[in-house]
Amino acid sequence: MIWNAVRESEDPEKRRSRQLADLKDLVAKLYNRVDFYRKKMDAAGVKPSDINTLEDISKLPFTTKDDLRETYPYGLLAADESDIVEIHTSSGTTGTPVVDAYTRNDMEIWSEVMARCLMMAGAEKGDVVQNGYGYGMFTGGLGVHYGAHAIGCNTIPIGGGNTERQLQLMRDFGSTILTCTPSYSLYMAEVAKEMGIDFSELKLKSGIFGAEPWSDNMRREIEEKLSLKAYDIYGLTEIIGPGVSCECEAQNGLHINEDHFYPEIINPETGDVLPDGEKGELVFTTLTKTGTPLLRYRTRDITWLERGECSCGRNLVRMHRLLGRTDDMMIIRGVNVFPSQIENILMDIEETQPHYQIVIDRGDKHLDDVELRVEVEPKFFSDETKELERISRKIAEAMKNKLGVNLRIKLVEPKSIERSMGKAKRVIDKRTL
Amino acid sequence: MKTTQISVFMENKNGRLAEITRLLADNGISLKAVTIADTADFGILRLIVKDPDRTRDVLLDAGFTARETDVLAVALEDTPGALADVMKLFEENQVNIEYLYSILAGNGGKADIVFKVEDLEKGQAILKENGYTRPLDL
Repeated sequence: MIWNAVRESEDPEKRRSRQLADLKDLVAKLYNRVDFYRKKMDAAGVKPSDINTLEDISKLPFTTKDDLRETYPYGLLAADESDIVEIHTSSGTTGTPVVDAYTRNDMEIWSEVMARCLMMAGAEKGDVVQNGYGYGMFTGGLGVHYGAHAIGCNTIPIGGGNTERQLQLMRDFGSTILTCTPSYSLYMAEVAKEMGIDFSELKLKSGIFGAEPWSDNMRREIEEKLSLKAYDIYGLTEIIGPGVSCECEAQNGLHINEDHFYPEIINPETGDVLPDGEKGELVFTTLTKTGTPLLRYRTRDITWLERGECSCGRNLVRMHRLLGRTDDMMIIRGVNVFPSQIENILMDIEETQPHYQIVIDRGDKHLDDVELRVEVEPKFFSDETKELERISRKIAEAMKNKLGVNLRIKLVEPKSIERSMGKAKRVIDKRTL
Repeated sequence: MKTTQISVFMENKNGRLAEITRLLADNGISLKAVTIADTADFGILRLIVKDPDRTRDVLLDAGFTARETDVLAVALEDTPGALADVMKLFEENQVNIEYLYSILAGNGGKADIVFKVEDLEKGQAILKENGYTRPLDL
């Protein structure tokens, strides 16, 4: 089923003309209401009246994550503060979060696009959605929740963790749709085995997985172990949260809700817009949001776009499963981590030097296992094990507090971290996705 | 009595100890005492040698993390209760022991022990007052 067939299967020309109308309105409003955008547009020598075709969007300046941090908390607000009904934030490299402030209009958009996504993955009224994404400031939990309510699904708001209870509820309430991170679904499969629960006897038909990188190999493993069809969903807090795009039954790219989130693929070096089919950085303009709309926001995610009719009946443009990042951001158990953050934390610990390496692997339990190797400097080397263990614990606690993820600390000998061309290789990602 | 100990950081990986001992052998360094403190992830090799400064330099030059620490090397009678007597002395005087280990070959009926204590000067003074001496060949 299609949640909003009028929009999701609309004549492409009609869609384009509304996208253009929305873009013009948006640019005019941002120019008039948000200092940040007016200054940027003035600096780029572009006026709202210069936007006459959709292609003219390339005249507009980009917005970056740094822009969002620098304008924290409300520098990009395009609505009256009293019209904001909800905020979400996600953490960033420097500790300054980025904010998405939602008006009532934006909440409706969020419910709408999430309802579309859930339905792309087979949800309809009567389904039981077990929502294993975290609730709270993270957009995953509430995003799925709103979409499931829009459809009228019975929604189990269990959030992340509590695996045994998850499985018990899944069995007792006959959950038909599971939403969580892909790695957590495989962990559930392990625990189910220990509990003697057989997924093939459960009612699950679809799993909607996102918030971390995964691959077709992992999809096959999940589909086999959980006896369901696994769909990739994509979103980011800055744009709206989950609901930006999702796979349909064809599992051939993620349909972007392009009437709300206008996508472009650019060359990350030059900023030039690339034609469909070419790989580059994904950029979004939120055409319809009113709280914190974004103009040409650079996601740093690399993918390519494909247009045309899909066997599911939709013609929303499809983005290929993510191919990587233009920066060195890692996603560890759903948390965004940059090597520079780790470096900064180590710098703050007087006993250590930032000589480190991160090894990410997916352990037996299918959850990301991260080992942080830190070289033991003569300065902090002690003849006593308890002193070294104290430093190791201190590093682990600092990482936990500042990054929000548990890292295993391994002290290693100086110069033992592999260096290529004199530069240490900081990240080794062994996850077979 | 106060003696310099060399400690070396070692990752728990195959062949590490063989490398270090070979390095020392090639440089003609004779070991008077050797012990390893180990944890799940790493080990600390502790050595007593004749020429600690040179030993440290040899290790540092070869890329190891090594440092010197002051410890107390004491000659004890090779009889039951000799160690217990020292322990009692330390306990009565509140000298905390971080670790101890024995020296490889005792001399002239002595069993030599290395102590790492929290307060080195105090520990040494107490041992001296009670007639303890350093091992003959250190």
